[in-house]
Amino acid sequence: MSVSPPAALQTQNLVLGYQRTTIIDQLNAEIPHGQVTAIIGPNGCGKSTLLAGLAKLHPAKQGQILLDGRDIARLSPREMAQSLALLPQDGVAPDGMTVADLVRFGRHPHTGLLRQWSKDDQQAVVEAIATADLSSMADRPLTTLSGGQRQRAWIAMALAQATPLLLLDEPTAALDLGHQIEVFELIRQLAAEGKTVVMVVHDLASACRYADHLIAMRTGTIIAAGAPKAIVTPELIHQLYGVHCRLIPDPVSGTPIIVGVQRSIEKLEE
Amino acid sequence: MATTFLSRRMLIGVLAALGLLAIVVLLSLGIGSDNAIGFAQVLAVLQGTGDEQARMTVLDLRVPRTIIGCLVGVALGSAGALLQSAARNPLAEPGLLGVSAGSATAVVISIALGASLDNLQVWIAIVGALFGCSVALGVARMSGLGDDPIRLVLAGAALSSMLAAVSSVILLTDQRTADEVRFWTIGAIAGRNLSSIQPAIPVLLLGLAVALLLARPLAALALGEKVASGLGQRPKLVRTGVMISVALLVGSATAMAGPIGFVGLVVPIAARAIVGPDIRRALIVAVLLGPSFVLLADVLSRIVARPTETPLGVISALIGAPILVLIVRSQRLPAL
Repeated sequence: MSVSPPAALQTQNLVLGYQRTTIIDQLNAEIPHGQVTAIIGPNGCGKSTLLAGLAKLHPAKQGQILLDGRDIARLSPREMAQSLALLPQDGVAPDGMTVADLVRFGRHPHTGLLRQWSKDDQQAVVEAIATADLSSMADRPLTTLSGGQRQRAWIAMALAQATPLLLLDEPTAALDLGHQIEVFELIRQLAAEGKTVVMVVHDLASACRYADHLIAMRTGTIIAAGAPKAIVTPELIHQLYGVHCRLIPDPVSGTPIIVGVQRSIEKLEE
Repeated sequence: MATTFLSRRMLIGVLAALGLLAIVVLLSLGIGSDNAIGFAQVLAVLQGTGDEQARMTVLDLRVPRTIIGCLVGVALGSAGALLQSAARNPLAEPGLLGVSAGSATAVVISIALGASLDNLQVWIAIVGALFGCSVALGVARMSGLGDDPIRLVLAGAALSSMLAAVSSVILLTDQRTADEVRFWTIGAIAGRNLSSIQPAIPVLLLGLAVALLLARPLAALALGEKVASGLGQRPKLVRTGVMISVALLVGSATAMAGPIGFVGLVVPIAARAIVGPDIRRALIVAVLLGPSFVLLADVLSRIVARPTETPLGVISALIGAPILVLIVRSQRLPAL
């Protein structure tokens, strides 16, 4: 491999948690510039907490997070939101809210009492909606959209923040296969346009296929990180999920696909 | 694509609210508990003519009463809109949550301790409102209560009855206090003059200014706590601001007119029905609709039991309580 580019985000001995519990323990991670990074791991391993921590929603108990080399502890929530857009899972759109209404919220970090809504903001909203391929539905209430379109509207809100970094928490949760592909292809397109994307993903095959870089987590620490083809092995899957499997390359993309998953190792050995 | 804020719906909402307000103000000036002074005399007085008795009735009684009604309506309407948005609960209302009761009880205690309703310290009412607000929202955030909107109201009802009990004990055992506040504890804007409510006005305006500043962050908070944080907002700071603003608004309204329930419930619901759930729009329409609701209730209070007046708080409860029941009985509480 060639010399890797500098990290867009970097954690150094990061500890995250609540009052007495520790969820992320002494974690060192690097998020490469301009690539799609997927964080994978079993339920409760701290994926979402790490993602929220990277966006400074949880203060670091120890260690630090560097955003382009700057310690994020010194940045205000507004400054964070100007350089990093987070799409959490808890988003709820009030009844009657339209796509454009939602996407306009993406300009919040850039507007305020002293800096009123401008043409630039309007431009950013129009572009974000176009990128998410929702231009024809800008004035439709979110409740009338399909699940995939709705998720793309939320992503468009994050795009309107016009940040180089995009953090997505399970962007395809609760979407059917077609809608999942819609969202993943949009994410690839964003990376091709130069964005750095970090996403928490449950489905391993999708993570391998759509991410350039994987971070595999278990109980608050990283057990492997790197390109999917380089790090995904049956042993890693067993470490992560306690199951046995075989890997075959996807005949189209060449990325690993997991087959024959079972809890015992019998039959896989032949 | 519609522009940010001035949608057609918003324009219609604002114009309709202003039109309604103009009509209700006229009614409030023209209708009394007897037919002695009608619209013709009121018009004459406003033009500088009219006999002595008409002048006194209009300028000393009805005009102050109308102004106080408007101020109380602005305060309670905007406080209700803020609380409902911050609690994500269409039933969160200063009266139902015990904010007004906290404020009123603080006033009753202070009068029992020697203060007088005429030189009432508005700050006492505000401290009481802040107490009621923090207890109700604190209880609502306790584990086990969950997201059920009705539980918050139950917690508020429990707090209200407790505070009402404290007030009752004081009023039953202390004749002077009882005489002083009998009418006030039910909620009334009759017979109060402008000079006695003056100290409350700057407080009300401060509360309103804070409310307007909070509208934008609250709108983001409506998308979810983490979403709002991701957009650079500070949810805890915003909620603290809401408590302070609601306490200032409800405290000043209570100091002026006593505890008046249901204004903060009905007005924001009407506002959202007109301009949609976005708090930035709903708050402005609620500010304009609040005075209409209070004045309408006050006009009714003069005519339902002529020639005696019914306290405003009673009328507002008679209108508001059935609406509360309707909302609770409706299939689904609208998500906020």
